Amino acid sequence: MVNNHIQRESKFKLWLNKEGSAYGFLSGYALMFIIFIVVPVLMAGLLSFTLFDTIQFPKFIGLKNYITLLTQDDIFMKYVLPNTIEFAVIVGPGGYILSFILAWILAQLPKLPRTIMALILYSPSMTSSIAMAVVWLTIFSGDQNGYLNSLLLNYNLIQAPIQWLQSPQYLMTIMIIVTLWSSMGVGFLAMLAGILEINPEMYEAGALDGISNRFQEIIYITIPSMRPQMLFGAVMAIVATFQAGAIGVTLSGANPTPQYAGQLIVNHIEDYGFLRYEMGYAAAVSVVLLLMVLLFARVANSLFGSNE
Amino acid sequence: MSIFKRKRHTGIQYSGINPKGYHPSQLKFYIILLPLAAFMLLPMVFIFSHAFKPPDELFAYPPRFFVINPTFKNFTDLFSKMSSSGVPVSRYLFNSVVVTGVTIAASILVSSTAAYALSKKRFKLKQALFAINTVALMFVPIAVTIPRFLVIQRLGLMDTFWVHVLPALAMPVGLFLIKQFIDGIPDEIIEAARIDGANDLSIYFQIILPMIKPALATIAILTFQATWNNAETSSLFINDESLKTFAFYLTTLTSTSAGANTVAGQGMAAAASLIMFLPNLIMFFFLQSQVMSTMAHSGLK
Repeated sequence: MVNNHIQRESKFKLWLNKEGSAYGFLSGYALMFIIFIVVPVLMAGLLSFTLFDTIQFPKFIGLKNYITLLTQDDIFMKYVLPNTIEFAVIVGPGGYILSFILAWILAQLPKLPRTIMALILYSPSMTSSIAMAVVWLTIFSGDQNGYLNSLLLNYNLIQAPIQWLQSPQYLMTIMIIVTLWSSMGVGFLAMLAGILEINPEMYEAGALDGISNRFQEIIYITIPSMRPQMLFGAVMAIVATFQAGAIGVTLSGANPTPQYAGQLIVNHIEDYGFLRYEMGYAAAVSVVLLLMVLLFARVANSLFGSNE
Repeated sequence: MSIFKRKRHTGIQYSGINPKGYHPSQLKFYIILLPLAAFMLLPMVFIFSHAFKPPDELFAYPPRFFVINPTFKNFTDLFSKMSSSGVPVSRYLFNSVVVTGVTIAASILVSSTAAYALSKKRFKLKQALFAINTVALMFVPIAVTIPRFLVIQRLGLMDTFWVHVLPALAMPVGLFLIKQFIDGIPDEIIEAARIDGANDLSIYFQIILPMIKPALATIAILTFQATWNNAETSSLFINDESLKTFAFYLTTLTSTSAGANTVAGQGMAAAASLIMFLPNLIMFFFLQSQVMSTMAHSGLK
């Protein structure tokens, strides 16, 4: 008994000596990671099966939230889902391809102009959407004093000022342009670094193998040599796309957005969670959002992952 | 795709990547880039120009893009004003500076220690934990705002200084980038130090930290952007006006001035947005070469 105890203690001591310091170094980050990422995600999963109004204890209702979402939530099916898919498909791959092309072009320039250009292209993504709201609200202002209206009126392209941010037919387009404008972020920098890292001998070997133009060079040498950076860039682009979901509310100043024209899944969550206090239902929408992100990431992974 | 075509000279093969100097073949890239860069830059230039406009120019018809008679009036207005709840604007700015500073320091410490363990220590769960963090790169915080709210409420973090700091420390991309960077340090250096009798702490402080400065600078920038620009924390988790940040104050300016459209409000919002934007630019400007060398290690396999 005593012997056993000592043995167990020494086993623990052995483990502590061997692995203890590793966990010590990890502990701070791990704690924050668990509290602010793991627990909220698990909670979203659990709450999505409940009826929860924040006052009473959550009541288990099975799949009812998901069934309601798929069958009865007209706004979700008619506006939120199509809007989110349109926004994500244009902004995600669009911003990503734009980032890659620009990174590639920048890599063709000497260091000084490249650095200046990279700074210019990256700066929109580091600017907060709050600071930019001031700019967009002024440029797209709905009266004749708005910069865009004034410009178009001046050239007689329109007869009367347009309420850009309050019109359902323009809001989505403006959201997409604004988000694309700020899409040269961390992924863009990673891809630029990736292109610059490629060993020049690869290109020489490629030329000997019969690669005759720059386009072939990109397809057969550049992209395959920097798959890891391509994948990292893709993941960053996906996250940035879904994270940018609040832009419609910022621009139009209202949730829901005018006639739900700019309503994205993120706004739908906020609408149900913080405006109607239907937390269980909002959690189900969150789960759908997280699954969408995973789906996009899978596609990226199958394109650039090292699945050999 | 004719723009990609180029004649190849026999003999020297020249890929054109990272050239040492100017070459006429680069001209076509400048022709594409310069107009695009100018277009990208317009909103930035607008922030600068708008912030220094006197009231009559802010509301001139037709509106002018560039300022004619620059003035600091918008800035003096901004700082002489109290918010509607009686908190001076300088207080919000002070909060932002302190919150951002503390968060950057804490984030560097927490991410780099964890990255050291995941890169150089041997333990059973190492691969699994790194894989979990890699999946979490796809984490979209905005999706779980509600459960996060409940967690923060339950932990009693509402209306505290720490609610600004702690959630920002769980930054998977930060850990990922530092870990990849530390992977580049040869194990032999650490083994040699261990033979000389160095323990983990001294290896971390005296060998790892000095060698990963570029990665730390990158994390500093990413944390800075996430924290300095963050208005949600103040609006969701803080009721005490004197604990809110400058980014939050700016949102109150834009939402009220959009409706009221007062001359003073517009000018102050423009000045405040410049104050929000400028530190981002300055930080990246000075740290960009460090960021680029970190990004070279960013590959996701």
